[in-house]
Amino acid sequence: MNLTPDSWQAIQLTFELATLTTLLLLVLATPLAWWLSQTQSAWRAPIHAMVTLPLVLPPSVLGFYLLIVMGPQGPLGQLTQSMGWGVLSFTFSGLLIGSILFSLPFAVQPLQHAFDAIGSRPMEVAATLRASPLDAFFSVALPLAKPGMVTAAILSFAHTVGEFGVVLMIGGNIPGQTRVVSTEIYGHVEAMEYAQAHLLAAGMLVFSFVVLLALALMNRRQRQVM
Amino acid sequence: MIHLQINIARSAFQLNLDIQLPGQGITAIFGPSGSGKTTLLRAVAGLEKNPQGLIQIGENIWQDTKQGIYLPTWQRPLGYVFQESSLLPHLSVTENLNFGLKRALKSASRAQIEANKALQASIELLGIGGLLQRMPDELSGGERQRVAIARAIAMQPQLLLMDEPLASLDAARRQEIFPWLARLRDELKMPMLYVTHSAEEVTRLADHLVVLDQGHVKAQGSVSAVLSQVVNPVVVGEDAGALIAGCIGAVDAQWHLSRVDFDGGCIWMRDAGLPVGKAVRIRILARDVSLATAEPQNTSIQNQLRGSIQSITPDAHPSQVMVVLKCGTEEVLARITKRAVDELSLQVGQSVWAQVKSVALVA
Repeated sequence: MNLTPDSWQAIQLTFELATLTTLLLLVLATPLAWWLSQTQSAWRAPIHAMVTLPLVLPPSVLGFYLLIVMGPQGPLGQLTQSMGWGVLSFTFSGLLIGSILFSLPFAVQPLQHAFDAIGSRPMEVAATLRASPLDAFFSVALPLAKPGMVTAAILSFAHTVGEFGVVLMIGGNIPGQTRVVSTEIYGHVEAMEYAQAHLLAAGMLVFSFVVLLALALMNRRQRQVM
Repeated sequence: MIHLQINIARSAFQLNLDIQLPGQGITAIFGPSGSGKTTLLRAVAGLEKNPQGLIQIGENIWQDTKQGIYLPTWQRPLGYVFQESSLLPHLSVTENLNFGLKRALKSASRAQIEANKALQASIELLGIGGLLQRMPDELSGGERQRVAIARAIAMQPQLLLMDEPLASLDAARRQEIFPWLARLRDELKMPMLYVTHSAEEVTRLADHLVVLDQGHVKAQGSVSAVLSQVVNPVVVGEDAGALIAGCIGAVDAQWHLSRVDFDGGCIWMRDAGLPVGKAVRIRILARDVSLATAEPQNTSIQNQLRGSIQSITPDAHPSQVMVVLKCGTEEVLARITKRAVDELSLQVGQSVWAQVKSVALVA
């Protein structure tokens, strides 16, 4: 029993989406997490709540609003149309935006915890050693937060691989564009192709377990080092 | 000359001071916990906001609110040794040493060769040559502090700030670091502010002393002057005493004694193996000094000093007084009972004999 070409395409797309999401999330979430861990601004609490929202919202709610915002009548949709990019809903780019938002808390929270754990002392030490704040961020805060970055990357990747609701809402099910493994499984089940669904589902199960196991082992080693 | 004007007000705490300190040697900032010592040091470094004031080190102004000058910490050429280990944990000892040096070099455009020399000198001065490849978590507490001190002085800062660098160490480690600190004082030109609540560290290391209490300066001046101020209950307590600078005048090999000569007399003490002519500091605690109106005869106490009574002040306990004697230019303190003052009818200006029961060599 082999995977169909469609399934292979879905697997490839899923990994592309997850990799891009993870990379972009690390770039976006790192400054955001740093700001959240350092600021005493009154905006901290509302922003923190916003970032955490995707954790509790049903993916369909997030997907619904994204669909409206990115749609032809939505503000983002009008912007992308005026730039000549067309409408993002039901495209890979739209799916990427949705994935980033959906996995944002999974990237921000481990990073923020890592930054919080560093405390203010190493940054003060860096300042007394003539490092400017930006210099100290890159030469002290980031290296010390490395375990948090690894956790954030793994969680973002795994969470993107596992998303379904958002994909269905804003991506539809277009082969090679927005059909990822989770929607491919759904399609197989709808078509009563249980054997195909089994293969993919078991693959996902093993993948998720391995990721979580790796994370747990890594955390244990980290604690031993500390 | 170092000029500090610091005014920090928090809900439960105030720090207000305006002091001028010598531009060389170790100035100890001394006081009980909560007196504002660390806050003072952090304000000088710019780690604590000093909303209004002046921080001037020699010619250089680090902060002057009147002129609107405020340098952030990283632009102040200082070295800072924190109370607990402050080595960057992800960097080896060498990388820690170079972290500040590299950046100081950039901002001061100092020659690479000179910087390398400074680095080598600080590695030697603190005896950390054998630790360079290690990571901070492979070092003992004392070694970590020595690396932190070397890291600070390698940058050749204009001012070295040390916040109780020995407080996190046990007694044995502390003894291990003392000689290194004494070397720093003797061999480096840079001024140092040294925060401590240990009278031992003050007497062993400091040249100048600022006594803080509840955010105010209670006393300041040269160490020997401040320590013999009887009005100063923070310093006084059980350990009140005089600090006298002198030098070894003679060594008596037969009895294992050496004589410390100073202006106003001489004191025999246990021979510590120091050569004749070596400058030393000795500490005579007030509780180890008794007074006599005539030259004492037939006593086991070998050390007697001639002096005149300068003041008689009530001490903490109502039964006792603190007597300040002038012996030459030095002051010696004696803690005796009020009844003794009455029976001997001691008076200010009177000439007496002080019997010194014990002396400690502090540096």
